[in-house]
Amino acid sequence: MRRIANIGRLPAWAVLAVALVLTLFPFYWMVRTALTPAADLYTDSGALFPRHPTTVNFLRILGLTSQEEARAAGGSGARIDFARYLLNSVVYTGLIATAQTFFCAMAGYAFARLRFPGRELVFGVVIAALLVPPVFTLLPNFVLVKNLGLVGTFAGMVAPTLLMTPFAVFFLRQFFLSIPRDVEEAARLDGNGPWGVFWRIVLPMSRGPLITIGLTTTVWAWKDYLWPLLVGREEQTRVLTVALGVFLQQSPNTRPDWTGLMAGSTLSVLPVLLLLIFLGRRLVQSLNFSGIK
Amino acid sequence: MRTAERSQVAEPGDDAGADAHRRRRARPRDDRRAAWLFLIPALAGFVIFYGYPTVRGIWYSLTDYNLLSAPAFVGGDNYARLVRDPQFWHSLAVTVYYVVVNIGSQLLLGLLLAALMHRLTRSVALRAMLLLPWLVPNVTVGLIWIWLLDADLGFVNHLLKALDLGTVGFFVSPEWAMPTIGMVNTWAYTGYTALLLYAGMLQIPPHLYESAALDGAGELRMFRSVTLPMLRPVLALVLVVSLIGSFQIFDTVAVAARGGGASSAIRVIYYFIYQHAFQYFHMGYASAAALLLALVLGVLTVVQMRLLRASRSDLA
Repeated sequence: MRRIANIGRLPAWAVLAVALVLTLFPFYWMVRTALTPAADLYTDSGALFPRHPTTVNFLRILGLTSQEEARAAGGSGARIDFARYLLNSVVYTGLIATAQTFFCAMAGYAFARLRFPGRELVFGVVIAALLVPPVFTLLPNFVLVKNLGLVGTFAGMVAPTLLMTPFAVFFLRQFFLSIPRDVEEAARLDGNGPWGVFWRIVLPMSRGPLITIGLTTTVWAWKDYLWPLLVGREEQTRVLTVALGVFLQQSPNTRPDWTGLMAGSTLSVLPVLLLLIFLGRRLVQSLNFSGIK
Repeated sequence: MRTAERSQVAEPGDDAGADAHRRRRARPRDDRRAAWLFLIPALAGFVIFYGYPTVRGIWYSLTDYNLLSAPAFVGGDNYARLVRDPQFWHSLAVTVYYVVVNIGSQLLLGLLLAALMHRLTRSVALRAMLLLPWLVPNVTVGLIWIWLLDADLGFVNHLLKALDLGTVGFFVSPEWAMPTIGMVNTWAYTGYTALLLYAGMLQIPPHLYESAALDGAGELRMFRSVTLPMLRPVLALVLVVSLIGSFQIFDTVAVAARGGGASSAIRVIYYFIYQHAFQYFHMGYASAAALLLALVLGVLTVVQMRLLRASRSDLA
């Protein structure tokens, strides 16, 4: 393909470079602040590098220092344990991403390939749910989970999205429709039942779309805030996003514990950064692929 | 979208092949039992957490319900009250203001970035870096920017001071708060928007650019006469998807409010619903507001589904 003529390229690259700096600088500033002793914040508010770099902020928010040390390093003395919240976030995200992908694949396969009366009707009803936005089911779902006594439990947190989302069913069914029938017929003649075909043929052939749905669900669950805030605010189920909000509230309004907050923020960015480094190509392709989640 | 195209080809295959047909008739397959077994988990999730709550939500919106005693039917009272509630209209106005600011800047910047990438580089690394803000929780995004824009110690105000421009209390001043939240979310979502548009641009046949170049068209002319018109279906889709997302802004506002309740300048509709439901315990009233918002989003979703089909045929 023809590229922009040489002279025009320089300003074009310059614009891209500026966009990249604007995109990445806030992350740099987050890490830079997390590595700064609290006492230096007031004297060095514009310094590009921490003058006395320290890991104490990470240690104290991970609960690895004594209360006195934490207070000396600028903490409020409130008990915080980001190691636990990080683990909670990983469990929350992992459970939803794997279970939802798997169950939606099963449903998508049934809708795409198995013959049963009422198939089109049931599928139509499920797809109609795409029209109901999360804000509308949020309140009744909260009441339901509350009445079931599941507030403050992992079960209550993952319940609404563990089994399905209409979009994932729709997306996976679309892909399964494109798998050639002959392959399945052959597998059936070899003595496989529907489960055998699904497990041995369909799933292995659908790695791309499964990873796409798995990744988008991972990102969505990792970023999720409102539902875990309503249902899992308690210490034992608190995920990172909720913990950061609570942490911000706990620190006095006039002078938030910025170094601690930025250390916590860094922890919430680190896993997605790793995801991007190891699965960047896949993730970028997922966007081209699904385009709408 | 690509899979959708293929499915159209695959669907007629349902009865393709006389062989398969004969085989099927000879030994009619009954998948009924297997099918329902495959569907049990997803259908359970659907009925319990999508179907039932939808009906429940409509019912709550017609009741007075404080979560403690049983809902009491009040007919259309909640809706009548909503229409007369200046706070509701205000939160709606704030939301629309946010949506306009956010979508406008996000689409223009996204289009610019996508066009530059399209003509300059296919680097996956670059795209991955632009995607990073989208991957980060909105709460983290909010925190990072509250810190960067802090009135006393924030880096941005440090720069403004150094340039003798005076400091701004971005998140605390009533007239700055909402544009600030708009800008912050533009930062968070522009990369994502740019990549969706870029994906659309990749589907434009390269020979169109080659012949335009032969005709002596410059880059700007090519953008206007080739890229934009060819991209229109994708652009429309991305616009609607961003609109649906923008109307549901909550996390950034919740963080900016710092638990003290959002000032009216940033009390968007989602926050209005949240407050009435979980701070004042007016479930019925909140459900009515949620239903009105759901209607807006539902209309947008119908448009989106239409566009999905339209973009499919346009770029095939």
